[in-house]
Amino acid sequence: MISRGLHGVIVLPGDRLDSRVEGKYPEVIEVNSLKIATLISLVSQRDDKLIIVPLKNIYIPEPGHIVIGLVESIGMVNWFVDINSPYQAILHVQDFLGRPFNPASDDLYKLMKPGDYVKAKVLSFDKTRNPVLSVQGEGLGKIVKGTIVDIQPAKIPRVIGKKRSMISMLEEKTGCSIFPAVNGRVYIECPNRELEAILVMAIRLIDRESHRVGLTERVAKFIDEERMRRGV
Amino acid sequence: MQGKKSMRLIDERGLRHDGRRPDEIRPIRMQVGVLANASGSALVEYGKTKVLAAVYGPREPQQKFMILPDKAILRVRYHMAPFSTTERKSPAPSRREIELSKVIREALEDVVLTSEYPRTVIDIFIEVLQADGGTRVAGITASSLALADAGIPMKALVAGVAVGKVDGVLVLDVDEVEDSSGEADMPIAAAPDLNLITLFQINGVLTEEEVERGLSMALKAIQYIVSLEKSTLKQKYEAIGEEV
Repeated sequence: MISRGLHGVIVLPGDRLDSRVEGKYPEVIEVNSLKIATLISLVSQRDDKLIIVPLKNIYIPEPGHIVIGLVESIGMVNWFVDINSPYQAILHVQDFLGRPFNPASDDLYKLMKPGDYVKAKVLSFDKTRNPVLSVQGEGLGKIVKGTIVDIQPAKIPRVIGKKRSMISMLEEKTGCSIFPAVNGRVYIECPNRELEAILVMAIRLIDRESHRVGLTERVAKFIDEERMRRGV
Repeated sequence: MQGKKSMRLIDERGLRHDGRRPDEIRPIRMQVGVLANASGSALVEYGKTKVLAAVYGPREPQQKFMILPDKAILRVRYHMAPFSTTERKSPAPSRREIELSKVIREALEDVVLTSEYPRTVIDIFIEVLQADGGTRVAGITASSLALADAGIPMKALVAGVAVGKVDGVLVLDVDEVEDSSGEADMPIAAAPDLNLITLFQINGVLTEEEVERGLSMALKAIQYIVSLEKSTLKQKYEAIGEEV
């Protein structure tokens, strides 16, 4: 292990945690007033706090989240959208159009069809009903250019980095614009194909090695080397 | 099977037919993340017993009638591959497989936080690739690993082992020969971190004292198997990135 130390200590389901570890349910549960980990997670020190970050988890939507959804099928007045979660989301056509839906003149299939990506906000969700999406807002709507990279939802904070350190480095080095959505989909738009390919590889590298130290430097080095090799 | 009775399963040195001591388990091998399409997967070997587990979900089930409003359903399918035994096993689910699917599901339901994902289903497929005794407990161990690999929250990891009685001696981790010609078989699964026994079956006749002794043998072995599970899971993340 050559200077590839872990960013902290790996804990596993059932492991007892230090009482100072701060984590929320269900990542940390209390059994007999002892804190127990439920997922494969990384416990690390940040400032004077012990924080726990899962290495793999399941995305659960929350109202207000901006997600990138994949249109799966079309209903009478709505789209069914996969948001990389156990629950399929619904996007109503009135919301998409911003006006009442007229079945005589509006064709859902022409607006968005299965396979299209959409950037949307979660309006409501409470596990008893499926999440409802909205595209009313700045920058929301059907995605018409760029690429989506699927990664672990747990790794999204790492793509952003401490005080946006990682994402601003990525944007600076490649000239692409990046939007990491909380549900594990990263939207990227690049000036050319080569830079896009490099950025996709860099994001996959972050996904794989999120729990190791010195990641930002390594990703920066990776991008520099790739650009040099490809001559872009 | 009558003819086999004459075969001695414990020799004069007190060793078993494969050279193990009575309280010795078979060599155990584990691997996680063996299937790319599954959310989580694991391959577990107890000696010659080889079991593959794959976890899918939580996801919305195709048949909406089965959903529960307050928790996720655990759907377990224990299946023996036709090539897993010396004589071809019919691939259709047998009575035994249906029953084992149920007991394995119950052995896992206690530790999985199903209430976190209401209205969904978590599918666990257990495929026995090679059967040599102790397939249900190896299946539980593999499922526990696959669930952890899938990122499904669990209170603790579970593992199983079977205790048997052959020639009047309690033996740990019985294999096919000991299982079919022995006097009793007691598969046990537990979550040592929670001090919880999740599966306890007995087939055959054992005295009260033997049950207690067998249980403590099994729990000791389970503790060891869970520690193996933990090092396997840890290794997956510690090994990543070495090659880049």
